[in-house]
Amino acid sequence: MERANHQEGEAQGVRICDPPSESNPPADTLATSLSLLGNHMFPDPVERLGSTTVSRDDPANSSDVTAEEPSVDAEPPSNQLMKLETEDTETSESQPVVSAQPADRGTEDAAADNDQNDSGEFVVAMLAKAKLEEQGIGVKGRSSPLLEAGTQESPTFTSHRDEDVTADSWRQHRKHVFVLSEAGKPIYSRYGSEEALSSTMGVMMALVSFVQSSDNIIRSVYSEEHTVVFLQKGPLVLVCVSSSRQSEQQLRGELMYVYYQIISMLTQASISRIFEHKKNYDLRRLLAGSEKILDGLLNLVDSDPSFLLAAVHCLPLASSLRDSLSQILQKAITPNLVFSILIAKNQLLTIVQEKTVIEDTRLEPADVHLLLNLIGASSAFQAGEIWTPICLPLFNPDCYFYAYISYLDPPDCTVCLLLLSTDKEAFYAVAECKRKIEEAMETQNSLSLIAKAQSYSVSQVGVSDLRHFMYKPFDVPDNYRQLTQFTSPEMEAPYGSEEEKMRLLDLYRYMHSRIHSTSRPLKLIYHVAERETLLAWVTSKFELYTCFSPLVTKACAITAITKLLRWIKKEEDRLFIRYPPKYSTTPNPSKSSRGGKSDQQDSTDNGFLSLL
Amino acid sequence: MGESLPSGAQHHSDALRKPVKTLRVKMALLGSSGVGKSSLAIRFSKDQFSSTSPTVGCAYFTRMVHLSDVTFRFEIWDTAGQEKYHSITPLYYRGAHAVLLVYDISKRETFVRAQVWLKELEKQYIAGSTVIWLVGNKADLDTDRQVSTREGQSLANERGLFFMETSALSGDQVSELLLAIAHRVNECIGEQQGGLSEWQEPTLVDLRHPGRFNPFGYCCKVGP
Ligand SMILES: Nc1nc2c(ncn2[C@@H]2O[C@H](COP(=O)(O)OP(=O)(O)OP(=O)(O)O)[C@@H](O)[C@H]2O)c(=O)[nH]1
Ligand SMILES: [Mg+2]
Repeated sequence: MERANHQEGEAQGVRICDPPSESNPPADTLATSLSLLGNHMFPDPVERLGSTTVSRDDPANSSDVTAEEPSVDAEPPSNQLMKLETEDTETSESQPVVSAQPADRGTEDAAADNDQNDSGEFVVAMLAKAKLEEQGIGVKGRSSPLLEAGTQESPTFTSHRDEDVTADSWRQHRKHVFVLSEAGKPIYSRYGSEEALSSTMGVMMALVSFVQSSDNIIRSVYSEEHTVVFLQKGPLVLVCVSSSRQSEQQLRGELMYVYYQIISMLTQASISRIFEHKKNYDLRRLLAGSEKILDGLLNLVDSDPSFLLAAVHCLPLASSLRDSLSQILQKAITPNLVFSILIAKNQLLTIVQEKTVIEDTRLEPADVHLLLNLIGASSAFQAGEIWTPICLPLFNPDCYFYAYISYLDPPDCTVCLLLLSTDKEAFYAVAECKRKIEEAMETQNSLSLIAKAQSYSVSQVGVSDLRHFMYKPFDVPDNYRQLTQFTSPEMEAPYGSEEEKMRLLDLYRYMHSRIHSTSRPLKLIYHVAERETLLAWVTSKFELYTCFSPLVTKACAITAITKLLRWIKKEEDRLFIRYPPKYSTTPNPSKSSRGGKSDQQDSTDNGFLSLL
Repeated sequence: MGESLPSGAQHHSDALRKPVKTLRVKMALLGSSGVGKSSLAIRFSKDQFSSTSPTVGCAYFTRMVHLSDVTFRFEIWDTAGQEKYHSITPLYYRGAHAVLLVYDISKRETFVRAQVWLKELEKQYIAGSTVIWLVGNKADLDTDRQVSTREGQSLANERGLFFMETSALSGDQVSELLLAIAHRVNECIGEQQGGLSEWQEPTLVDLRHPGRFNPFGYCCKVGP
């Protein structure tokens, strides 16, 4: 295995307390910080390989002390944060590299699992490996009746995914995601049909409800190879079984995206209402045909750092061109139009917003991600003009917007216009806006200019050892209430292949988890990995992840980052959407004083209850 | 007309210059997911067959049809068959002059489903304001047929619908269907006072009155 190569240098997380304030120029701060690295190497934390932990919320903070003490080993009772840290140190020992998983582990697994012929048993076995019973949860004694609860399942829709859930290959997927209802009904599984997995889901639900019955909420289970994270949102339970070595927070964040994508199609209010009326409702009826959208989301979550950073990536564009596009959008308006969004190659070109809306709320990156995923995941938008209800869960989880979606460059279908209105009757008016936009873009030859736009190469920065970076400026007064964005060059050699891309992303995810560790957040990490050296740095103004060739010296890294920051400053008008423009649609009396939210939707209209 | 036309407009406004009036016909396609509604709509509007994904919400297409004394601008609302959209489907078919209830001749349950749609339609529609067609699509799948032509025809007769079998794949009977609809609409609704509204090329007028555009769907007799 690769482990041998990772000497101490690799785990050199250094917490810099009270980082020098912004008054210091970045480079100085960094230089100071880096010089600290040499002198303050923290010894590796105590090795706790093989330890398994279960962490839970204890909302009542009750006297349930035994349940609160899950550690097997000699550690004092630790809170959840400490357990996370444990996981963290494990991670740093076996570096989060995908390639660390192949052959050996595969055979190990096969040996351990060779008597399993059912996906349900897979989960049981996995959970057993996590020594749940020993952790005071006591699943052992009660498991069997609960386990059987989920096994009988009426055949309804046959799923199009026919992966054999009893096969080894199914088990070896890097990240499983399951969605089930509180009654244990399968709703979605990333791999294999939900139907074939109903017993697995039953097991999970049994676990969840068991822990709930004692006023706890199960949050996560760790075993050597897997992290299992549970997320309950209303009547839905989402479970992630991952061998990706990501932190619990990251996996939970990913489950949130899955939840939000479901909400974006059905709204939170409808889902609650449905399950209030019928606890064992089969939600697959309403999600039928949308599996592709969830599949697409999970693939994006794995491959696109936007999700990790909770920031939006826009297509670099000359600021004059971006401004002219924004102006075109700003002029094509109609009452109740609230967002006009232009997308090219699945990346943002510009977003223009209704004035009163931006005063109240701003568009959250996650909502933009969901929209981009929806459009990218389906070819349904390539024919005709689409008019569809859609919910932006972070904006308002209970209401629908009506989205007009149309590509502007058929048949290529790379430039897409998205107009969001609060008025479901506004199709013709909104379609008219599109025609105006089309016309103006024609006059200005925008389409061919957009076609020339592309992501940039890291070589443009002109720093020889720098291979890749991700830079996310924070929401400072300077760019007030702006959509959170980040910029990043193309991933090029040596990260050209899918595997290498993923490996770099895994390194970034690892750095990110260290930076954002709830127990021991770090401001700066200098990480000497086997094939590259990474430096992550967070200040009050930005978050930066850089990847260098392995032999870069600290001094070089400092100079490089100084140069990089200067380059970004120089290019920022091209790299980011600056000062998102607003428009004001004609005053509309029907708009409530609170404005903005799509509160004109009568709630009866998005109810699915009539069909139950 | 010195103004430039919107680049995407497939139809020129010469119609305005001719004595022949252009009238707007709202047409909605209803039916289970996967029966081929979008495939038919794409045939109607572009006479193409391309691979499709399940529709999200509703897709809107247009198509001009010239009859001897009138031109119709078909505004086609291709609804999504997936269950999650059922509750909003009335938004799309409300006020339609023509409704196509589409089923897949190789899947009986879609035929059953079409009848459920019919029931729902019948609650809302007023005789004489809408023509309804029962359309058995995928006629090319004759070997897998689960609903016979006779069965479709007799349901149509029973419920006073028009009937046609089509294949969006081969294009068989598709333009015939559209033409037949145009004639029926002309006979049943076109003659009536205020039955169909006139189509105006919006480019010139509406640039200055963005909010005034009067959606035509609401002038119809069928109430919400
Ligand atoms: N053999 C055959 N296949 C067809 C025909 N029409 C459509 N299909 C296929 O049937 C599938 C579904 O077609 P769509 O047009 O997307 O179905 P839809 O009714 O629009 O489905 P929703 O949008 O989900 O409601 C596609 O794979 C089409 O290629 C046809 O006439 N013959
Ligand atoms: Mg369709």
